[in-house]
Amino acid sequence: MAPASPAEANPADHGLGIKIPFQHKHLLGISQLNQYEILELLNRSEAMIPISRQPRKSLPTLSGKTQINLFFEPSTRTQASFEIAGKRLGAQVMNMSVRTSSVTKGETLIDTAATLNAMQPDVIIVRHSAAGAVELLSQKVGCSVINAGDGAHEHPTQALLDALTIRQHKQRLAGLTVAICGDIANSRVARSNLLLLGAMQVRTRVIAPRTLLPKGIESLATEVFTDMRAGLEGADVVMMLRLQHERANGRLIPSVREYYRFFGLDAEKLALAKPDAIVMHPGPMNRGVEIDPAIADGARSVITDQVEMGVAVRMAVLDALLADPSQVQA
Amino acid sequence: MNGRPLIVENARIVDPASGFDAVGALRVEGGRIAGVSRGPTGAPEGAIRVDAKGLVLAPGLVDLRVFTGEPGREYRETLQSAGEAAAAGGVTSFLAMPDTQPVIDDGALIDYLSRRAQATCKVRVLPAAAITKGLSGEEITEFGLLREAGAVAFTDGRHSIQSSAVLRAAFSYAANFDMPVLHHVRDNALAGDGVMNEGLFATVLGLKGIPREAETIPLARDLELAALTGVRYHAAQVSTARSVELISAAKVRNEAVSCAVSINNLSLNENDVGAYRTFFKLNPPLRTEDDRRALIEGLKSGAIDTIHSDHDPQDTEVKRQPFAEASDGAIGLETMLAAALRLHHSGDVELMVLLRAMTSRPAEILGIEAGALKVGAPADFILIDIDYPWQVKEADFHSRSRNTAFEGARLAGKVAATYVAGARVFELQGATA
Repeated sequence: MAPASPAEANPADHGLGIKIPFQHKHLLGISQLNQYEILELLNRSEAMIPISRQPRKSLPTLSGKTQINLFFEPSTRTQASFEIAGKRLGAQVMNMSVRTSSVTKGETLIDTAATLNAMQPDVIIVRHSAAGAVELLSQKVGCSVINAGDGAHEHPTQALLDALTIRQHKQRLAGLTVAICGDIANSRVARSNLLLLGAMQVRTRVIAPRTLLPKGIESLATEVFTDMRAGLEGADVVMMLRLQHERANGRLIPSVREYYRFFGLDAEKLALAKPDAIVMHPGPMNRGVEIDPAIADGARSVITDQVEMGVAVRMAVLDALLADPSQVQA
Repeated sequence: MNGRPLIVENARIVDPASGFDAVGALRVEGGRIAGVSRGPTGAPEGAIRVDAKGLVLAPGLVDLRVFTGEPGREYRETLQSAGEAAAAGGVTSFLAMPDTQPVIDDGALIDYLSRRAQATCKVRVLPAAAITKGLSGEEITEFGLLREAGAVAFTDGRHSIQSSAVLRAAFSYAANFDMPVLHHVRDNALAGDGVMNEGLFATVLGLKGIPREAETIPLARDLELAALTGVRYHAAQVSTARSVELISAAKVRNEAVSCAVSINNLSLNENDVGAYRTFFKLNPPLRTEDDRRALIEGLKSGAIDTIHSDHDPQDTEVKRQPFAEASDGAIGLETMLAAALRLHHSGDVELMVLLRAMTSRPAEILGIEAGALKVGAPADFILIDIDYPWQVKEADFHSRSRNTAFEGARLAGKVAATYVAGARVFELQGATA
């Protein structure tokens, strides 16, 4: 007898009691997903939300599975989120952060992967500072791989949790205007979001100074703005990206105070968005650089909801990739 | 300002912005131009009437490259003395270069400069902010905040940014705020220790030369980056025939680029260095006569947009040195117009073209309301006696500095009167009107 599945607990199973099997072995990016797959993942994620809210936060669909979190770049929230997600699904989770590993002794990415692979994990979750590194690793291991962020390329679970958060607050995605503001050129969060929101018929706007806009961005977003006030007008969602302090060193941005004045989210600029617009941020925030602390903590902010949705999304993704197909009810 | 309307009659009114060139009258009310008319015209009641006696009436000159010593080196030139020199030279607006001490790279300093100019300078001072902090060529300044403080353009003055990456970021960022960038083009490595134009003359004098490529290579690079970023780019000053070719070609595909020439490079050539005369030590250097002719042709064809004075006051301590050790620079506010008129008198360049390069075109490049005799525009204008013969004498200068490249020169043409906002700020002693 299969354990109760989310499909039974939640009507987001298309009313058929069947989950659409996830066709991919890995989740490397939003670019590999079509809109139906995205919708399926969002629905599965929504079904996971109650699990984390009930007293026994457990749905052991991954019992007996081994999950390795392999983070070459530091991360507190994403790594913790994946760890909790895996554990709530009953998996054995092992965390590996590069500082403590033999990579510091000069072992290559591939050697590390091969070594771990020999220990027969079921899924490796990888974050790396080089775009494409996670895909490279996925070709060298036998298990599933989830991209937790590869350079400036993609961060698919972030885009999924962002979309889920928007849908929870706005009851839909299609037809909304979502403004993504900040260091677009260096942001994998921006790229994944633009891909996902674009596939779901959202009007996307990117807002950044020219020095932080990558070439060709006009083909990836519905609209491009270098004037934040113009870009925020009538927006339903304002998504702020972190500006690394190193960027404001005078090479591309002259100073933090200039950035905050023209591209930071303060009350004056937020007032141009719709009165019920929500404020998002993937974290960690640089208060006073890209966002007014009062807004980050204010009523329009859904930043903490994003974190909660993150666990649900990661549970859903792990489940989709790894759960025993015999659990799918006919 | 002034209560009574003003009417200047019997003037040959030349307005490059509109192409107007006819004898007529200019009416001024409340510091602004109320009308330009052909032939005699009636004067409003109570108006001050000025008989221009046939002199040329043109918009006040807009000079895009003026160095002062304020703040930091007031002994060379203050805003006040620069204003006196400007008024005497018919310049009613000038772009103040940020090469001061401290460098104008912060909004507070723009504010300071504006206040000082307002209080002490009889002509209009347009603040330019540095592109890079401290003019070091490495970190860009706060373009947004500087614009809000009143900067009208960005330039590193005498300094040339060597890094393509910094330039690209600067151009991109300036385009973000729709601000013009005026950039001095000089490859410091190629220029090396050079002190004058590289050529036979430098060899004979035993002085190191600056090859033309020290200008043309960075100019070509700047023009490519300007096309890439869409910035409003103004090449600060060119000195070679090849530069004129480059800018002409660039303009075919990019309307947002423009180019300036110093009155010095238009008027003089390397032979004027003569016996190591340091007032002719300039940056870029005076080149050959062929280059000079090419610059004149460039002005006529429109490849070169503006003429400026490159007014660079230097004291004797830094000028009275062996040529190689002397500082670059010559003053020019008081001689620019007369030197430019040489080209008119020789028949090389039409008066309208010359004046356009010193009035409406510079104003267009900055995007400011100046340099044109348009109804509603500020009443900044000059009366010029274009045939007035005079000799440049040190003692006559209003500038605090004396490093002129026209010492002893016999010139034809002088400003008889200068008006800013309808008020007369300069009058030539013994002149008509």
